[in-house]
Amino acid sequence: MTAVQIIFLLVAAATLGAGLLVVTAHNLIHAALWLVVSLFGIAVLYVLLNAGFLAVAQVVIYIGAIAILVIFAIMLTRKVAADSGPQTNSNWGWGAALAAALFGALFWIFQGWPGINTALQPLSESQDTVVQLGQALLAPDEYLLVFEVASVLLLAALIGSIMIARVRKDS
Amino acid sequence: MDPINSIANWLEGLFTGWGLAPWLVNLILTGLGIVVLSTVALIVAIVCVWIERKVVARFQDRLGPNRLGPFGLVQPFADILKLLLKEDITPTGVDKIPYNISPIIALATVLILWGIIPLTPTVLGSDINVGVLFIVAMGAISTLGIIMAGWACNNKYALLGAFRMVAQMVSYEVPMVIALMIPVILASSMGIHQIVESQSVWYIFVVPLAALIFLISSQAELGRGPFDLAEAESEIVAGFHIEYSGMKFGMFYAGELLHAFTVGALFASLFLGGWSGPFVEQVPMLGVVYLFTKALFIYWVIMWIKYSLPRLRIDHMLSFNWKFLTPLALALLMVVALTHKLLSNTDPWVYVLSMLVANIAVGWIALSLARRRAIIERKKFEENRALARPAESAAAAPTS
Amino acid sequence: MIPLSWYLIFAAALFCTGLFGVLARKNSIAILMGIELMLNSVNVNLVAFWRYRTPETITGQVFAIIVFAVAAAEVAVGLALFISIYRRRNTVVADEINLLKW
Repeated sequence: MTAVQIIFLLVAAATLGAGLLVVTAHNLIHAALWLVVSLFGIAVLYVLLNAGFLAVAQVVIYIGAIAILVIFAIMLTRKVAADSGPQTNSNWGWGAALAAALFGALFWIFQGWPGINTALQPLSESQDTVVQLGQALLAPDEYLLVFEVASVLLLAALIGSIMIARVRKDS
Repeated sequence: MDPINSIANWLEGLFTGWGLAPWLVNLILTGLGIVVLSTVALIVAIVCVWIERKVVARFQDRLGPNRLGPFGLVQPFADILKLLLKEDITPTGVDKIPYNISPIIALATVLILWGIIPLTPTVLGSDINVGVLFIVAMGAISTLGIIMAGWACNNKYALLGAFRMVAQMVSYEVPMVIALMIPVILASSMGIHQIVESQSVWYIFVVPLAALIFLISSQAELGRGPFDLAEAESEIVAGFHIEYSGMKFGMFYAGELLHAFTVGALFASLFLGGWSGPFVEQVPMLGVVYLFTKALFIYWVIMWIKYSLPRLRIDHMLSFNWKFLTPLALALLMVVALTHKLLSNTDPWVYVLSMLVANIAVGWIALSLARRRAIIERKKFEENRALARPAESAAAAPTS
Repeated sequence: MIPLSWYLIFAAALFCTGLFGVLARKNSIAILMGIELMLNSVNVNLVAFWRYRTPETITGQVFAIIVFAVAAAEVAVGLALFISIYRRRNTVVADEINLLKW
């Protein structure tokens, strides 16, 4: 058991535990805070996978923007009476069965794939993933079109959410 | 003559001589480094308490603390003793875990930033190659800590104060990130060590407008100065830390002061050349002296802004950000990127001068557009005012 | 070292947890949090495959970054919709938003 393996096991256990608490917590704000813990655990996993830029981007985008948006929305749409009583609907048994069946199916597929135990090749010293990422996102023969389409998508989401959530003066 | 690295090497030799495994030696040395760096940062926080009180006193034409010790130097220790001995009141109905964790988050996210600031040419906590984005990430986590503090207190005013503070912090992150990208363009790297090393000419002389935008948005991120609506005593009592007493409040307070000093150190690293100065290659420890001097100067500028300007209203604050600062930062980013690409192979003097001219041009255009807009708005405002007019012009003037 | 299977099993478990959240929760925002867990597990999968199978090309990380952007856009629009629904129907419980149900 090397140190990296112990770190991975601890972080993965914490993230999965936090994920379970997200979907079963009674108080919705506690669920949002457990979501933050889970997202942070995933950022640590990105660091273990040598994707440093993605780890920091995960913290900035998910924890710094999305989680805060979710917490704001929970606080703005809260009815105190709704925190009591069951938080799961009447079909939760089927949901749990389906999730367990899906996990079993994925596990069985992994057993049948020979590439599952690929060993970790060390990254070459000269490879700077941040520089490579920047070049890939902006090179016309690589992923520039995807980048621009994502920008248009974000612009559409920005305008759309402002239009939807506006307080109309006539109603 | 590099004491820190020689001590580290001697300790490493000592531990390996005792027969410890290399990964354990590494772990112990890293732990020691963390302890030393955090201690230095927290001692700086204590000194900042004294500096803050003396400087605000001088700005307000009075003396400041001068009874405890010579020049009041023992005052911060008395403050800390008072905070430690205060009763730790926990209001009823609070959510225990967020209530107790948010002061820790507020201080921890500031201490973490000390790990990536290069102190001397050879001493650096951790040389990550996405340092600039890491600064933004820690700011984002501190925003989360503020929401947790505001919500956990079971107090409407704390929640309102937290909402306003978070809206302000999230809004001002946008021009801050854009202004931070400008030194990244100039240095072709996001790592702070590389940015400090590539400053043959300090970046404040190459892109002064970017430094100014970074300073303004950092002032708003800190929640200080003219942007302190969320915690002003005359507005919303103490904002989101209204229900905290004793050492928990002390952690918020020390965290805020240390954050201001850390912003000073970051500004010094990104725009003022960090540890560079005369004789710093021969005597690396002088790098710390230079860095702290520059950081203290910027901290003094931050305090100067705070204690000289009146408070902005929240809607003025947000419209200033979204309607002026963000478009300006974006335009500046495009101009700097274009100029850098066109002129990066020419003579350094031509490069610096043309960047400077481009910056001043962008700033001039922005200010004249803002001035024109302000004149139009002022005229519209004057027309609509119902003044007490004399009788003969009241008959002639229209009512709208 | 850590074999690839550990990352894939972790991502599958997180995905199934998110799926349970989507299928079993009443509050719409809780459903959205389940969707976020699923998106994050997919991202972990993508980056793990990038690191273990093709570390020379950067395609895996580009895919993951685009997933970040799409997730952010989706959360923004989704929450705007929920706030708007709350203003009209005074509820965000998914079962009670049933005007179009036949």
